[in-house]
Amino acid sequence: MFASILAHIDPLNPFHHGFIIGFGQITMVGALLAIVAALTLFKKWKWLWRNWLTTLDPKKIGIMYLIVAAVMLLRGLADAGMMRLQQALSAGDPSFLTSDHFQQVFTAHGTIMIFFAAMGAIFALFNLLIPLQIGARDVAFPFLNAASFWLFAAGAGLINLSLLVGGEFAATGWLAYPPLSGIAYSPGVGVDYWIWSLQIAGAGSLLSGINFLVTIFKMRAPGMTFMKMPLFVWSSLGSLALIVFAFPILTATLGMLALDRSMGMHFFTSDFGGNPMMYINLIWAWGHPEVYILILPAFGIFSEVVATFSGKRLFGYKSMVWAIVAITVLSFLVWLHHFFTMGAGANVNAFFGIMTMIIAVPTGVKVFNWLFTMYRGRIRFTTPMLWFLGFVLTFTIGGVAGVLMSVPAIDFQVHNSLFLVAHFHTMIVGGVVFGAFAGFTYWFPKFTGWKLNETLGKWAFWCWLLGFLGAFVPLYILGLMGATRRLDHYDPSLGWQGLFIVAGLGLALIFAGVGFQILQLIVSYFQRKTNRATGDIWDGRTLEWSTSSPPAEYNFAHMPNASERDAFWEVKQGNIPATTETAYKPIRVPKNTPLAMFVAGAACTIGFAVIWKLWWLAILGLLGLITLLIIRFSDDDTERTISAAEVKKIEQARQQKQEEEHSWATS
Amino acid sequence: MRKKVKLLPLILLAFAIVAAAGVVLLRGTNVAVLNPKGTIAQDQMDLIVFTSVLSLLIVVPVFALTIYISLKYRAGNKKAKYNPEWDHSRTAEAIWWIVPLALITVLAVATWVSTHKLDPYKPIASDKKPITVQVIALQWKWLFIYPEQNIATVNYVQFPEDTPVNFEITADAPMNSFWIPQLGGQVYAMAGMQTKLHLQASHIGEYRGTSANISGEGFAGMVFTAKATSESDFNTWVANSQKSDKKLTAAEYDALARPSEKNPPATYALSDKKIYDTTVMKYMTPGMTPESDAGHAAPGEHESTAQPTEAAPPTAPQGQDSPHDHNTHSHGEAH
Repeated sequence: MFASILAHIDPLNPFHHGFIIGFGQITMVGALLAIVAALTLFKKWKWLWRNWLTTLDPKKIGIMYLIVAAVMLLRGLADAGMMRLQQALSAGDPSFLTSDHFQQVFTAHGTIMIFFAAMGAIFALFNLLIPLQIGARDVAFPFLNAASFWLFAAGAGLINLSLLVGGEFAATGWLAYPPLSGIAYSPGVGVDYWIWSLQIAGAGSLLSGINFLVTIFKMRAPGMTFMKMPLFVWSSLGSLALIVFAFPILTATLGMLALDRSMGMHFFTSDFGGNPMMYINLIWAWGHPEVYILILPAFGIFSEVVATFSGKRLFGYKSMVWAIVAITVLSFLVWLHHFFTMGAGANVNAFFGIMTMIIAVPTGVKVFNWLFTMYRGRIRFTTPMLWFLGFVLTFTIGGVAGVLMSVPAIDFQVHNSLFLVAHFHTMIVGGVVFGAFAGFTYWFPKFTGWKLNETLGKWAFWCWLLGFLGAFVPLYILGLMGATRRLDHYDPSLGWQGLFIVAGLGLALIFAGVGFQILQLIVSYFQRKTNRATGDIWDGRTLEWSTSSPPAEYNFAHMPNASERDAFWEVKQGNIPATTETAYKPIRVPKNTPLAMFVAGAACTIGFAVIWKLWWLAILGLLGLITLLIIRFSDDDTERTISAAEVKKIEQARQQKQEEEHSWATS
Repeated sequence: MRKKVKLLPLILLAFAIVAAAGVVLLRGTNVAVLNPKGTIAQDQMDLIVFTSVLSLLIVVPVFALTIYISLKYRAGNKKAKYNPEWDHSRTAEAIWWIVPLALITVLAVATWVSTHKLDPYKPIASDKKPITVQVIALQWKWLFIYPEQNIATVNYVQFPEDTPVNFEITADAPMNSFWIPQLGGQVYAMAGMQTKLHLQASHIGEYRGTSANISGEGFAGMVFTAKATSESDFNTWVANSQKSDKKLTAAEYDALARPSEKNPPATYALSDKKIYDTTVMKYMTPGMTPESDAGHAAPGEHESTAQPTEAAPPTAPQGQDSPHDHNTHSHGEAH
């Protein structure tokens, strides 16, 4: 049964798929072996199992999301490096990579960056911040949350496994339009790996979306009405609503594509009444909201960062909330702008074009409100604030490009060109990635108890910003020259090579930025004693800063009082009491369990089995999955109690630590 | 303030370097979209300029405000006002809801008008008789069929200047996108259906055409030359091509449709006029020959999925292509 798989694995010759893939395989296996060796050497297996693999604590799950996202970001950047190198070298014939391999690389880049790097970072922030910001002790469904993470990790694992077992990625572009992604034109397992990795990770995203939506609806601290929620929670609410409505579309669409490929059905084939255009509609009915799933939380991060570092209330809170609501609703009404060129009539194209440009209004309102939050403030130019200013610059440029492309007659001239590629990278790198970095730097001390080195952070910022401009401004120009996306080579007489080289140098500068970020983590770790920050280091405004850093497992010993916006700021001003509770009470927290990880393992097995058509294994995986769920659901003993005395001990130790730190800092 | 003085020459130097690099890099290149040679591309470029200028009305104030506010209200400047509780102003917020909305309204009107005016399905008004060119995207080359001139070409298309060209586009391959940037915007090429694109060259010259959508391994090589000539040159070329030794028969088409890369431009005399129709129709009723299909209505299941059986006769006279029935057309062809 395994013969078909074994035929694709050649342990004696890892380079039989070519040098680059062989190198990737060796790196991956080497990294895994190194981790296993290190864990064994330092006797950390138990620690890993107890503190991480079996945890149901959203703060730890958030950190694990972040680690997976960071690893995937590095993988995606490696792909980007290969693409820039290919295009810088390939004036004439394809140099460096073959056409097919190049197409696999850009498909991998897009898929991994969106589904595993960006989504991972966003879910990390949901896990880390939503419970703390709404003054809750946990999420609504802790086991479901852990299962969601492990499904996400399983999807990430499966898609990277395609490099080791099978040796090929889909070569279809990151959204795998049929008929190219159909079995006739893509007979290999690449597209199947793509489908099933996304199905597994997508199920995790949907479950997580429901979980956090319920958490926000049901678990806010006393007094926190909707209009008193921190802006990050509001923007997450928009994002989560989009996840809940959009991800089922993705699941159904990929399901139909899978049926076409493996069962000979005809949902999206060109013949027998199938309709590939339906796939393109459906995938973008998910895909456009997906863009806002990523960018809305970044807007939320900037709202928190700007208010804190301007030492001022966020300007126009109500406008901000309505802008988020408007963007959330509008993001479901614009999907057709991804294919104005598919032959719809002028009325249809004009409608979707106008809907698209209307989104510029609430987005512009947000930018003005941020600027007026800074107006008459006391702005501290910390690294998070620099990321915000970099975002204003890039996002405005990208916004103009977006408005241009929302006019259908203009879109016909730039669609699928490098202009489009430059546009969405401006939005996603300048918006989502810069936002995630701002949030990472801002909240890092919250979860570690020590600050990141500011100097290295600023170096990283400048490398990223200048590198970003160097990498993408040339692509705008190339697009206007008629350079389409995904070219593995081009005619030298066009004179494009110089611009492609500049774009490559820009990426090299981004790599330097990443290097500074890694260095920043290492240096800050060694400086953690002098950079201690166990409390409210930024003069924060929202509830997460009212607990210790890192917070205790239960987040809040007393239910915080959230009867005003910026509740913690009001407490510090003496306007409201911090809490109405006085005595410590016992707190119930979920027990650790490995079942969430096992559930994802079973799902991963099913995915792998279906990819290789090992039906017996798929049935085995399914039975395993059902059994695991029955075991979990029939277990009534899933929580343990932290006694009042223990809570008191933890809280007193924390106060003592903060006082020590304070006296140490002032002496 | 001392800091600002030091920064200024640096910023100017950076600008100078970027400008010099730009001059060097752009010398000898053709920014195709901004160098239109056709009526449609010209209108599209004008629209790009109009929209960009409109956008600047927002972008310039945003950049100016960002710089001004960042400098003035930096924590080091204790002279600036600090007003930590000031968190809303109805007037200010009304301004930045209403002004962008007004600009977008202007753009929306321009969008509505231009989308109808530059609809790729809309025939270009002209007193000259349009040339019809049927385009088939293959793996990985472009086949052009001139049903009225009885010729066909590969990776090369020629037409007279100042004459409307009606492209009827399909694919016998994964989806492609048909794009000649200097003449006008693109439209997808899809198997089993037909899309349309109307272009008109306003200058004699050779223009680069390309596929803008990934269609498999040889996609990057799907480049062709579109040549606009004088009318008499075009007629001479047609007459010579009709005498070509190479004949495009059904068998020759099948050979051509097999995957291949880097096909040199070629010219054929067209001996089978049904090739385009057959190619569109074979996806509708696989296994059925077009002859046996012609006498019967499409099977019921195909009707219900709104497949473009009614769009099949691509040789429909232009008169039917009035803007009024265009919507039903596009609905059927590109549902």
